[in-house]
Amino acid sequence: MAAPTSRAPFSWEDPLLLETLLTEEERIVRDTAHAYCQERLMPRILTANREERFDREIMSEMGELGLLGCTIDTHGCAGLSHVAYGLIAREVERVDSGYRSAMSVQSSLVMHPIWAYGTEAQKDKYLPKLATGEWVGCFGLTEPDAGSDPAGMKTRARKVDGGYQLKGSKMWITNSPIADVFVVWAKDDDGEIRGFVLEKGMQGLSAPKIHGKFSLRASITGEIVMDDVFVPEENLLPGVKGLKGPFGCLNKARFGIAWGAMGAAEFCWHAARQYTLDRKQFGRPLAANQLIQLKLANMQTEIALGLAAALQVGRLMDAGRAAPEMISLIKRNNCGKALDIARVARDMHGGNGIADEFHVIRHVMNLEAVNTYEGTHDVHALILGRAQTGIQAFA
Amino acid sequence: MKIVVPVKRVIDANVKVRLKSDGSAVDSDNVKMSMNPFDEIAVEEAIRLKEAGVAGEIVAVSIGSDACQDVLRSALAMGADRALLIRTEAVLEPLAVAKLLREVVAREQPQLVICGKQSTDGDANQAGQMLAGLLGWPQATFASKLDIGADGATVTREIDGGLEIIAVTLPAVVTTDLRLNSPRYTTLPNIMKAKKKPLDVIALDEFGVDTRPRLTTLGLAEPAARSAGVRVADVAELLAKLKNEAKVI
Repeated sequence: MAAPTSRAPFSWEDPLLLETLLTEEERIVRDTAHAYCQERLMPRILTANREERFDREIMSEMGELGLLGCTIDTHGCAGLSHVAYGLIAREVERVDSGYRSAMSVQSSLVMHPIWAYGTEAQKDKYLPKLATGEWVGCFGLTEPDAGSDPAGMKTRARKVDGGYQLKGSKMWITNSPIADVFVVWAKDDDGEIRGFVLEKGMQGLSAPKIHGKFSLRASITGEIVMDDVFVPEENLLPGVKGLKGPFGCLNKARFGIAWGAMGAAEFCWHAARQYTLDRKQFGRPLAANQLIQLKLANMQTEIALGLAAALQVGRLMDAGRAAPEMISLIKRNNCGKALDIARVARDMHGGNGIADEFHVIRHVMNLEAVNTYEGTHDVHALILGRAQTGIQAFA
Repeated sequence: MKIVVPVKRVIDANVKVRLKSDGSAVDSDNVKMSMNPFDEIAVEEAIRLKEAGVAGEIVAVSIGSDACQDVLRSALAMGADRALLIRTEAVLEPLAVAKLLREVVAREQPQLVICGKQSTDGDANQAGQMLAGLLGWPQATFASKLDIGADGATVTREIDGGLEIIAVTLPAVVTTDLRLNSPRYTTLPNIMKAKKKPLDVIALDEFGVDTRPRLTTLGLAEPAARSAGVRVADVAELLAKLKNEAKVI
């Protein structure tokens, strides 16, 4: 091999040249998402977070751009690669994890199960309006007493004439207070977990908002309360039974979260770098200190590795070769690392780090939820532990 | 009516441009590249004319390496119908670009060419004007408003100190200014559809045009760093400095 004639340039923002591993179409998608997020979402986030407000029209804007359900290739959706979906999640979460959550839920947890497990009639009825953002969807799996152990759910779907009667409640449900469509998981008379599509206005269905969150404040979260809701037979998702139904959706969403968390981390890293370059103490920039440079190097390294891993899993998903454990690995690693990076970036901002105008504290607070939801950091460790020892340590 | 829109691949406007270490050229290795922002406005204007039923077909043209296919795909994703890449590794001067575009016009027979007023890398602001000159067509530069009528176009131009409204007959060359429109976001389904739109690649040599450079670059330098401001004690000192040092009053 010939020796290089000159030293290859190093790009601090993209140290391993991830850019060169993307297709032309993926780069265009990323650029579109980046432009929208920076121009339209970034100006809203400060007050939205402060006022604990989700701007409903964001769903319509995302729908107009084709960001909702973008891996689906029918019903007016774009049919993009999983890598492109990840790149979008990264750009949205660079602004706010709450906005990414709203998008993830609609795409991976509502549109995906209807597309993967639903009837043609269900797809034709729900997918086009969910894709444009005319309808908002939510996903009900977690319950007050069933979080990491969803099989312990109490919600029941009792068979009645012409359909099912659902009774129970779901907790921590993104989008539920404004949802038009509710994908709800409940146990049937045989104790089997089944998926149902509920619609706003059904008798006995309500979705009160959860107030006082210190995380994901720009995303609306609520409960789903089902007081003997009659759900007609045609609203049962016939294509799946058991936990693999919700888990199939969660795999998609967790993959997006692994990318998204890196977007939030990148924001915090870039902000900390710029702040410590600009801020002078003792007559020189903070960035001139070894302690600061060590922190920046750690951030750069973890983000470069986290993105490279997410890209590889995305390529494997597109090839149909991604095991759920791979997604546990990147979801756990990237969320945990992003949270660490955000906390350190907060520290590097000194007193200014606690002011929301600097945005870093918001990412810290958001990532606390992102590290917990869709499988906690610890539970994903147990999945990886089981996969290499053959021993289940959950209970 | 057919519209030809030339688009150039340039260093992204948000990138801080640096010189190569030997000072021979701007460093474009691993630097984010995008469509020239004024060309994006030109594509948007063509699409709006098409949506208004004025234009029929929009052909995007770029000149450069294979990497320029990115900006052509972006133009197709925005709404252009087909694209043409004139492939060359050489960096061309405005006259060479104008000569090649004249050949494209001869092949395509458009009624309108909409160009960006200048590219954000070379900042020459010449290709559109030279193209109009070579074709013997009217030119309407720095357009901030474009209306196509039955017998020509009415163009509002941004000039020093105000606006000028001119009428030109068609075919014509129009160059875009910043306030002509705000380019749309490309939608994801359209990005996928753009993959199926035709993108032809023709080698520069096939045009038989003399594109040799006429200019020699003697040197490149980064702008001088801005020096820190000074604090003045009172208005009298400020006035003295403005008078004696800055010599502006």
